[in-house]
Amino acid sequence: MNFDFAAQTPKLMMLLWGLIAFAVVVGGLLVLLDVVPAFFARRREARLIAGSASGAPPRRAKPREGLFAIFFLLPTLLLLLIGLVVPAIRTTLLSFMDGGSQNWVGLDNYRWMFADDSIVRVLLNTLIWVTLVPLVATSIGLLYAVLVDKARLESVAKSLIFMPMAISFVGASIIWKFVYAYRGEGEEQIGLLNQIMVSLGGEPRQWLLDSPLNTLLLIVIMVWIQAGFAMVVLSAAIKAIPADIVEAARLDGVSPWQMFSQITLPSIRPAMIVVVVTISIATLKVFDIVRTSTNGNYDTSVIANEMYNQAFRYGQNGQGSALAVFLFVLVVPIVIFQIRNIRQQRREG
Amino acid sequence: MAISARPRQALAIAGAIGLALSATACGTGSSSNSGNNNADSAECAPYEKYQGHDGKTVTIYSSIRDLEADRLAESWKQFEDCTGITINHEGSGEFEAQLPVRVDGGNAPDLAFIPQPGLLARFAERDQLKPASADTKAMAEENYPADWLKYSTVNGTFYGAPLGSNVKSFVWYSPKMFQEKGWTVPTTWDEMIKLSDTIADSGTKPWCAGIESGEATGWPATDWIEDVMLRTQTPEVYDQWTTHQIPFNDPRVAEALDRAGTILKNDKYVNGGFGGVRSIATTAFQEAGVPITQGKCALHRQASFYANQWPENTKVAEDGDVFAFYFPAIDPAKGKPVLGGGEFVTAFNDRPEVQAVQTYLASGEHANSRAKIGDWVSANNKVDLANVANPIDKLSVEILQDDSSVFRFDGSDLMPAAVGAGTFWKGMVEWINGRDTATVLQGIESSWK
Amino acid sequence: MTTTTPPVAAGTQDTGSPTTRASRVRTRLSSRTATLVAIVIAVVWTIPTFGLFVSSLRPENQIKTTGWWTFFRDPEFTLQNYQDVLFGQASGSGQLANYFVNSLVITLPSVLFPLAFAAMAAYALAWINFRGRDLVYIGIFALQIVPLQMALVPLLSFFSRGVSLGGVTLMPAWNLDGAQNFAQVWFAHTCFALPFAVYLLHNFVSQLPRDLMEAARVDGATHPKIFRTIVLPLIAPALAAFGIFQFLWVWNDLLVALIFAGGSDVTAPLTVRLAELAGTRGNEWQRLTAGAFVSIVVPLIVFLSLQRFFVRGLLAGSVKG
Repeated sequence: MNFDFAAQTPKLMMLLWGLIAFAVVVGGLLVLLDVVPAFFARRREARLIAGSASGAPPRRAKPREGLFAIFFLLPTLLLLLIGLVVPAIRTTLLSFMDGGSQNWVGLDNYRWMFADDSIVRVLLNTLIWVTLVPLVATSIGLLYAVLVDKARLESVAKSLIFMPMAISFVGASIIWKFVYAYRGEGEEQIGLLNQIMVSLGGEPRQWLLDSPLNTLLLIVIMVWIQAGFAMVVLSAAIKAIPADIVEAARLDGVSPWQMFSQITLPSIRPAMIVVVVTISIATLKVFDIVRTSTNGNYDTSVIANEMYNQAFRYGQNGQGSALAVFLFVLVVPIVIFQIRNIRQQRREG
Repeated sequence: MAISARPRQALAIAGAIGLALSATACGTGSSSNSGNNNADSAECAPYEKYQGHDGKTVTIYSSIRDLEADRLAESWKQFEDCTGITINHEGSGEFEAQLPVRVDGGNAPDLAFIPQPGLLARFAERDQLKPASADTKAMAEENYPADWLKYSTVNGTFYGAPLGSNVKSFVWYSPKMFQEKGWTVPTTWDEMIKLSDTIADSGTKPWCAGIESGEATGWPATDWIEDVMLRTQTPEVYDQWTTHQIPFNDPRVAEALDRAGTILKNDKYVNGGFGGVRSIATTAFQEAGVPITQGKCALHRQASFYANQWPENTKVAEDGDVFAFYFPAIDPAKGKPVLGGGEFVTAFNDRPEVQAVQTYLASGEHANSRAKIGDWVSANNKVDLANVANPIDKLSVEILQDDSSVFRFDGSDLMPAAVGAGTFWKGMVEWINGRDTATVLQGIESSWK
Repeated sequence: MTTTTPPVAAGTQDTGSPTTRASRVRTRLSSRTATLVAIVIAVVWTIPTFGLFVSSLRPENQIKTTGWWTFFRDPEFTLQNYQDVLFGQASGSGQLANYFVNSLVITLPSVLFPLAFAAMAAYALAWINFRGRDLVYIGIFALQIVPLQMALVPLLSFFSRGVSLGGVTLMPAWNLDGAQNFAQVWFAHTCFALPFAVYLLHNFVSQLPRDLMEAARVDGATHPKIFRTIVLPLIAPALAAFGIFQFLWVWNDLLVALIFAGGSDVTAPLTVRLAELAGTRGNEWQRLTAGAFVSIVVPLIVFLSLQRFFVRGLLAGSVKG
């Protein structure tokens, strides 16, 4: 073994520094927030005493909540500004410029986008993706989470569904190559799906070539990955249902189905929304599955894949950015849903 | 480097220096710690002109990785030892997409090995490249044919010399199979078609092909078209085609597609070992030639670098399991058209040590140093054939150095990426998948602005 | 859902509720179907990965020419792929252990920072009254759609050129060297993780019972105190869930690492090394089968060990209290 620990030292020192920075920043913020309000509380008390002495009605002063909020939010907002807000604004500006980001071209990139025949197909595909993936992945995740809840070997059972999430994307692309691969009739199949076809007496098929089946088969890959996410979050939500509610229902003698539809489902509704919304957004942004399986050929392309190709492979920053802006627009319905959701929550709360 | 790199060189001393070196001295990717202390020795004589940059570091970014990257590092090891310059090479499979990000983000490498003249021109037009120094230019002009240098010259400015090269005009076959069946290597297009018919009649599909290559799917088919284009048209027409002086849907281009189609879209000829014509689209290019070793196919047109794709223990030689013959010309009297590719050493910084490395990489010293390590081809005319061991590499170098060869660079690498790495690739995939020539060419033409 | 097997989840109190014989039979039947369905899903989900695992143990020629299931008919077993991945023919690129360390150094802070920042932000957005908080929340939520790729160039520019406005340098370039580059990677991962983290955690934090919070306020607890002593323990499952996802995301990330850590062996993570293993033209892709399993080990350990945070009844007890 010539693994050299000395070379690892600077890295581990760096890690140590990172962890110290973490402790200082987070701990420091919390301590700061403990000290500052204590100071204000003393002043408020003094004012209250002064107020009651002067005979005025003892009105409880509203604590300065906004100040707290700023400190709690400060790190997040700062990082988001640098890491995402600025890039989002930049992308929007670039979408009005040419491929080299040197001249303003007005709406040309948007015109290009809608003049291209294939964009309709791309839009339709994205629509199919964003409808099917959240629906199917969440359903399977939920079903599985309910089924294995409290079962023997629960954690093993869950890690089986979770595994696709943990496998690197490079690995996943080979996995699905071994499923969809095609060899001619009479040749030895190396794809599982065609081997099954042949064993059943059928002919091998070119799975990834025929639209629209190929889009559905690519969606299967995404569902395979995302079901693990749905399962983990929903399982956590199911476990967070207060035991007394479950107990009371059980004493009432409800059937498992009633238990599911009347207790479980309503209780995990917020988590369901998180899962569906998150998977929807992830699906809108999906590109590596399409990129590595078909690269958008055979009518399988989606918006994010086109965006990646334009901006990164073809050097067309303007057109790529316009597609990204189009993605921003597509998320608007989800944002509106979220606004309504939070309003409702506030009313209930 | 901390984790001992090359057992051969380092076994004995690894433990000792490994611990002795202070952490910061462990540069990346290089095991050189010798500084300039042997600069005056005889071995260092060829590097005299690069002296004076002791302790400087030059970063290089390329698409070359794993074993090939190690060989590259070995090839300039002595240069590093003698000049004291440390070369940090980084290879990535995402090179083409990542390089623009790094350049735009203000974190460009000192040197990049760019395999697409189209991409090189893009950087040059956006004023992101540094022109090659006079020394580099002189060295390149001395060592490389003018055919090559024009690809790294944009608007009259020369940006860098080629490094490695490959020859794409090859058809792989099995010498053993040919001997058993009494077939002979064809030297004209017609002979090749006649041979294909003979093989097809014997019950084997003669050709196998595959153009699946992940996000680059389609490129092997564009190579086919370019190779045929060079054979049906003059090199001048080829140049007009790659520079868009004639439209992409010109009848002459259509002719080339249709002629390639007589092989690629001929159910009698393809796709040995994989199925029908459409299976070409989903067959990975890495595996496309493998049926030759199983006797299920006899011919596979692919570049010299396909030598590394054969299954383990396959002997690549004229008397071995597989070898390649020159993809024959239609009219041999008109010369020997050669399609090829390679990467260009371009600079994003013009510090003196960067220019020194750029010049060195254009030199015969480096070309021979790299050639000796094996599995490498260069158009550098200083390459001594004696240093090229591998038979297919030797054949490639011979073709590149042959005066009757008319060399042209891979056309899709010359076109703007949106066409050459976009619609051309995609168009070929659709073409293989059944779309007609006219529609495909029309689609590509309309995307070229 | 009731099952006939004794519950194994920690903290569960099965009081042995009185059920009728009929309902017990029904339960058992439904639990049998349930088990069957669960097994079917598990098998379907696992087979593709299992195929990859079998392939990783087969010789290169076999992987590339025959289906993995033929392994059982004609077992030809080799550890060559693992050997290549772990020790490497291309020894110049170093041993895998080095990249494991890099991956760990990248991952730990990249999980901790967003976790802490997002938890604080989520608490503020859910339980502190201030003007415009819904707007801020929706804004953060909507940032999830910004494609990572579009953020790479500006963020890289932020590190390598600094920030200047009208000629005034607001922040100098970072000019990091060697191991210091890890800081860039942490920063980038933290930025990119925050919208989802805030969104996920906000949903859990805002579900906490209002009575509990108000009781604490009446008792005179300050926001930081409530955050530390009440909120954090209660949202442990959510923290664990996000921790797992962020860990996976960072551990398996290639794009961010390529840009901000670079490919040098001082900072490059495992994914960068594994991606190189296939060779310049992807001819050695069979090694990736083994690579996938080498890199999955750590995420699986993390998942299994964080499992214990998914415990029933954490909330129930506190509501009563």
